[in-house]
Amino acid sequence: MEGTVIVVRDFRKTYGDFVAVDGISFDVKRGEIFGLLGPNGAGKTSTLESLEGLREPNGGSVRVAGVDPTREPRKLRNIIGVQLQTSGLPESITVDEAMKFFCAYHGVDPRYDLLDRLGLGEKRGAQYHQLSTGQKRRLALGLALAHKPSVLFLDEPTAGLDVATRVELHNIMREQQTEGTSIILATHDMAEAEEMADRIAILLRGKIVTTGTPMEITATGAGLTKVSVRTQGSSLSDPGVTFPAVSQHVSKDDYNIYFSTDIGPTVSAIITHVQAQQDTLIDLRVERPSLEDRFLEITTTGGAQ
Amino acid sequence: MSAFINHFSFEFRTGIRNKQMLLMNYLFPLGFYLMMGFIMPAINPLFLDTLIPALVVFAILAATLLGMPDPLVSAREEGIFRSYKINGIPSSSILTIPALTTILHLVIVVAIISVTAPFLFDAPLPVNWVNYALVFIAMAVACAGISLLIGVISASTRMTVLWTQLIFIPSMLLGGLMIPYDLLPDVAGKISQLLPATHAMNAFNGLAMGAADYSPWGAPWGSVIVLTLSGVLAYVLAIFMFNWDRHNTTQRGHPIMALMALLPYAIGIFLL
Repeated sequence: MEGTVIVVRDFRKTYGDFVAVDGISFDVKRGEIFGLLGPNGAGKTSTLESLEGLREPNGGSVRVAGVDPTREPRKLRNIIGVQLQTSGLPESITVDEAMKFFCAYHGVDPRYDLLDRLGLGEKRGAQYHQLSTGQKRRLALGLALAHKPSVLFLDEPTAGLDVATRVELHNIMREQQTEGTSIILATHDMAEAEEMADRIAILLRGKIVTTGTPMEITATGAGLTKVSVRTQGSSLSDPGVTFPAVSQHVSKDDYNIYFSTDIGPTVSAIITHVQAQQDTLIDLRVERPSLEDRFLEITTTGGAQ
Repeated sequence: MSAFINHFSFEFRTGIRNKQMLLMNYLFPLGFYLMMGFIMPAINPLFLDTLIPALVVFAILAATLLGMPDPLVSAREEGIFRSYKINGIPSSSILTIPALTTILHLVIVVAIISVTAPFLFDAPLPVNWVNYALVFIAMAVACAGISLLIGVISASTRMTVLWTQLIFIPSMLLGGLMIPYDLLPDVAGKISQLLPATHAMNAFNGLAMGAADYSPWGAPWGSVIVLTLSGVLAYVLAIFMFNWDRHNTTQRGHPIMALMALLPYAIGIFLL
């Protein structure tokens, strides 16, 4: 990942007196998947729409591959590909026509291979309103990719998709990334963001409250690591047994679950205790706080660290 | 060029594929034509003289005013224009291509009316086919321009119905389609000169049907000029005021500017 493709500096967007985005700054590098997360009304859509040239910033600057989206829309159109959350297609257009139509305006040959890949090969003659939600989203993605953009905007790309299609879409995203395409991923699916994004920015009330890799973001919270232990005997059942750094202990489905603030000493002490009691360890799982846990923590505390 | 042809081809097919547009482009005008052809001559034999121009004018009003604005408003509301903008489809294509495809559908309907009316109803054919075509184009341009403008300024599909009916209903009542102009009261006659239908009937009768004495104010070429000017003016205004997005609060111009498209008609009242 070399070179910065998207540069956002002190970007501000207002609608009358309402401040939707309040002076945010971030960069996206070439070949990077950048997750833009936030609750509804956080300013994600205004940010995306300004990068896509649909909205004019009220302050700061926005550049996509060196292009000002507001002033140079003609240059922008072949640089970016956008999978919109809403349909963006006439109800009566067929899959085939949509591919020809958009490719013609981009000056490229229709990419029927993408339709096949996205499982729409047999739906080429179907009109848009006859497609299922998942098929519509796949078509939107195919159209966004058809002209081989260097920056791809995906807004809730896997909403309404079945598991197999979701996996296929993730594979396509990784391929695009390998080819150097930068991807801005706006999603409410935290598992998807955690799995796919190289870096994430969480927006809250128009400001970026945290940014970093999914690992960095989950590590900075006050979240507790969950240690689930199952043993053959009852060495952990004694209420008097305590372990270091454990703030909470519950029993559920033959498991003893410990919430630890410092995973090392806790796990070490548990294993030592089980061995000392001549018990047998059947299962031990360590689960760090997920991005979803961290996201909820941030949004419920208003971003206060 | 390939993009234009592709877009044109898709829009033309939509005019048949989309049930509402099929109704307004073909079924309603042709159904009304058959109904009027069978009923009106029995009530008023003189109606036969103007049957072809009257039904051509009706077809144009139906296909443009009733057929064109709604899809424009719906496309804006559904975010289709946003998608078009992102993919570099210019606003001029978004407005011009539906107008051209509607005119092409109208050519087919007008051909059906012109070919069948003499056989079915013994209606007289135009005596000057070139002028007939010219007046048709002028009327189609005028109504397509106004329809685009209505589609651009309407905040919702409900408002579209209101604006289109403000032109469609008076055109049917006062435009000379059902009642000849010289039977209208003076005030109604003057008001009717604000309508494209009145000018189209004046021009059709004076230039194409060989009934130069049809209109008390004459000047059939003046009517052609009024129609063409208002159509071009409405198209320019529609391009200027076009809005990609219903959430976009930075629309150029106030909707009241759309009334400027009626300026040629207003001037025509004094000059023609």
